[in-house]
Amino acid sequence: MIDTWRTRFYRFLRRHLTRPRIDLPLAFALMLLCGVGLVTLYSAGDSNLSLVGGQAARFVLGGALILLMSRIPPATLRNWTPWLYVGSTVLLLVVAVLGEGRGADRWLNLGIMRFQPSELMKLTMPMMVAWYLHPRQLPPGWKDIAVVGALIAIPAGLIAKQPDLGTALLVTAAGAFALFLSGMAWWRIGLLLAAAGGMVPVAWHFMHQYQRERILTMLNPESDPLGNGWHIIQSQIAVGSGGIFGKGFEQGTQSRLDFLPEHTTDFIFAVFSEEFGLIGVCAILVLYAFIIGRCLWIAMEARDTYSRLLAGAIGMSFFVYVFVNGGMVAGLLPVVGVPMPMVSYGGTSAVSLLVGFGVLMSIHANRKVHD
Amino acid sequence: MKKLRRFKDTRGEGELFRRRALSGFALILLGLAALIGRYVFLQVLHHDEFALRSVNNSVKPRAIPPARGLIYDRNGVLLADNVPAFRLEVRPDQVQGMNQMLVQLGKVVPLDQDDLDAFRKQLKQSRRFDSVPLKMRLTEDDIARFAVNRWRFPGVDVVPYLTRYYPLGPLFAHVVGYVSRIDADDLVNLDQDRYKGTTHIGRIGLERSYEDMLHGTPGYELDEVNADGRIQRVLKTDPPVPGKNLYLSIDARVQKAAQDAFQGRPGAAVAIDPRNGQVLALVSVPEFDPNLFVNGISQADYKALMTDPDKPLINRALKAAYPPGSTVKPFMGLAGLEYGVRTPQDTVLSTGVFYIPGQSRGYRDDQRGGVGTVNLYRAIEDSVNTYFYKLALDLGIDRISEFMASYGFGRPSGVDLPGEVSGILPSREWKAKRSPKHPAWYPGETVIAGIGQGYWNVTTMQLAHALATFAGKGVPYAPRVVMETADVGKRPVPLPNPPTGPSVIKNLKDWLAVNQGMQLVIYGTDPFSTGAGIKLGDGFPYRIAGKSGTAERFSRTSDAYNENRNTAYLAARHRAWFEMFAPADDPRIAVAVVLEAGAWGAKDAGPIARKILDAWLATQGGAVPADNPLPESADAPDTPVAASSSAVTPEDTPQDDMPATDSSSSGDDSQ
Repeated sequence: MIDTWRTRFYRFLRRHLTRPRIDLPLAFALMLLCGVGLVTLYSAGDSNLSLVGGQAARFVLGGALILLMSRIPPATLRNWTPWLYVGSTVLLLVVAVLGEGRGADRWLNLGIMRFQPSELMKLTMPMMVAWYLHPRQLPPGWKDIAVVGALIAIPAGLIAKQPDLGTALLVTAAGAFALFLSGMAWWRIGLLLAAAGGMVPVAWHFMHQYQRERILTMLNPESDPLGNGWHIIQSQIAVGSGGIFGKGFEQGTQSRLDFLPEHTTDFIFAVFSEEFGLIGVCAILVLYAFIIGRCLWIAMEARDTYSRLLAGAIGMSFFVYVFVNGGMVAGLLPVVGVPMPMVSYGGTSAVSLLVGFGVLMSIHANRKVHD
Repeated sequence: MKKLRRFKDTRGEGELFRRRALSGFALILLGLAALIGRYVFLQVLHHDEFALRSVNNSVKPRAIPPARGLIYDRNGVLLADNVPAFRLEVRPDQVQGMNQMLVQLGKVVPLDQDDLDAFRKQLKQSRRFDSVPLKMRLTEDDIARFAVNRWRFPGVDVVPYLTRYYPLGPLFAHVVGYVSRIDADDLVNLDQDRYKGTTHIGRIGLERSYEDMLHGTPGYELDEVNADGRIQRVLKTDPPVPGKNLYLSIDARVQKAAQDAFQGRPGAAVAIDPRNGQVLALVSVPEFDPNLFVNGISQADYKALMTDPDKPLINRALKAAYPPGSTVKPFMGLAGLEYGVRTPQDTVLSTGVFYIPGQSRGYRDDQRGGVGTVNLYRAIEDSVNTYFYKLALDLGIDRISEFMASYGFGRPSGVDLPGEVSGILPSREWKAKRSPKHPAWYPGETVIAGIGQGYWNVTTMQLAHALATFAGKGVPYAPRVVMETADVGKRPVPLPNPPTGPSVIKNLKDWLAVNQGMQLVIYGTDPFSTGAGIKLGDGFPYRIAGKSGTAERFSRTSDAYNENRNTAYLAARHRAWFEMFAPADDPRIAVAVVLEAGAWGAKDAGPIARKILDAWLATQGGAVPADNPLPESADAPDTPVAASSSAVTPEDTPQDDMPATDSSSSGDDSQ
């Protein structure tokens, strides 16, 4: 009877502040990162506010999805996992048959929006591996490793076939990290890596010509300065010319004068490096490291194996984004379509990443209760 | 044991995960550290290199060519203008499939074979990222059609530029000349920095001789360009300094009258102000349209000009040297007086043939049977060969060469136009050099030199210069076409032209005597006087002095004279000269005219010279400052003379069939 809206509100506040469903440090770090991303995008997009507005709208949508996902308990997710996995794989098959898109057949036209099933797989893959390993005896033996390997290989193969090497890499990494975190013996890891190394020539054989060229060009960009090497050379010029302190906000000539291709999407980190210099690079990498570390901390606090593996895999695959994109921009890795998380312009990857963080929030909300 | 291990060890798994997560995080930090290492490598260790490449990427210096100086006549009539035009330029590095692009472009903007040939030639010589002009002077239609289709032709652009335009067309073609596109051969000799961005250079005429003044100094612009090479903004501008404007001493009206007087007959005329060397008219007929050359002449037009038998591209006033004939007689007479060999009253008997003592070969007079006893005045008035044969022999070739050299014969006059030839002044040295096998100089050669035949070759410019030197009482000036120069926005400043030496006339009495003889040529009343019946002086308010001349291309001895050929036949083989100055006592203008197809100097070339005087006087308002009348001329000897001033030469001296373009190739005794 004294349940006025006011007391209800205070109760709500107390409950959420004393034991919030979301992890506030992670949420603040993500908001900071999104802010940096929007600022960089503003400059990279030639001060185009509508571009920034669109991206901000996606972040808002992503934020809402985080809150939504944080309400779904990990146990429920675990129950859905096989169906989600099977569903995503079927969608990938559908794309392989019906897909449309420029150059790469990755998109599924749903009428109202176009949808990339491979994006979904980035999340369902670690879920599936965690689901599979959850009831098993850990560390896993060869049999379980083989099963997990197959679970990874089928969708990753379909994605690589699209061809989308970047996403295939991320999906594979997400699954592999779950396996790694499950405690797979080091000697088994070493053995598998050695075997993978031996497979490199075979992989080379199955690569598309453009993928081979990308790798060759990465090794020697000056061999084709106006063709495939252009991206790498111009990106390195952008990064290198930024120096320690950077050219300043909106002062990056490489992007503003269109020397840098794809400067709002895959190569936006070159714009960031050009304008904010090494200091900016170090700062944002520390922010990324904090987010990854926080994810792993949430994983350690998680209540069960499924939650642990899933949270850890999501956190560690976040690193893959950063490393692959940062390495590509700096000419350390070949050009693959991996965005810089929360900074590169583009809807699907930002939203799917934030959904992943929503899952993390849910795991955080359902963490172990310390005595 | 095995059974026990089947149970899930939840706590152990937690611990295992904890260890894995920590080692995973350690690996991640290692990876991020490696990434930072790479950024340190790029941003710190190689920063300078990449910073430079970033600047080179985006900042391009661009030369701004200076506006070429304009050329005006002495009253400010525009002779050479800069007009805005548009051209198509191609950046080779931005074109994929050049041949196909050109075919497609040809459907939008008509490209003829000349355009394509020139473009391909220049394309081979230029760097891939340098723009190459494809088509000059686009029409509005071309520009509009291209603008609509521009997106189809990356690397092709319409570029504004200033092009040279000669409003008076052919009238000043041989004076002003023209500019044309700079080609690969020019680039070797040019100061590359001064000519950055400049597409045209002076080829002939004043455009060439004053190239340095007209060109100006280029400016620079630092442009920020994007990846397509399009200019985004200008970072810094250093404006160009335009070339100087030139003001000629020629009055376009006099020039026009001189040109019209030829009525299209090949020839040349030069008028000079004896007081300062200023050129008042300079024509060479036929002319050509210099505008044809500015943006590349078409093959057809060029072929037409080259195959024209009258050779319109040759500036006859400077490059065509002919025997001066009787026009040298006043100079010979003056030489006789100055060396003390003659007094004006000394007489010579003309019998129709002159013999060198001890030789049997005769040198003819114009008139069979001769004209009797003549003094200097009558000798000039009636152009009596025998007087000058004997005078030449008495002077000797050495004194003749020395004297004539002081009037500028045998060397370029020094006019401020390019391409002038030297002509030939006969002398022992010249002959020894020319024919080492037969170096000896014969008296007969001296005799015919006395009447301007034999080896002599002079250009119209040389004769006008010599006449002006004489008329100016011996003070020599190098002829000057450009009177003043002006920086843009400044008042014109005279170009100094001091005399090239002290007066070459020793005694003004000698000058007066020759002057009077030359007045008799115009006003002579005796029936055999050169001017009799031609009335060259009628209606002119001032006294005129003059002398005719006829340069033979074939000896009359062996041909026309003996076979009684008609005048038209002779006209095809002679060059008629006339030299004239006025007012006789205080000369302001000296004119030399040559007509290639003139039978007789006085009748054919004389009226042209007179028309130039008339036009000049009209520009002076019909009057020049007060005239000091000369003393009455001495009585001329009353002897019959030929109406012609032409000389008879005993030797067969066929001339080159075409106007000589160089003195060394215009030898008149090639056999």
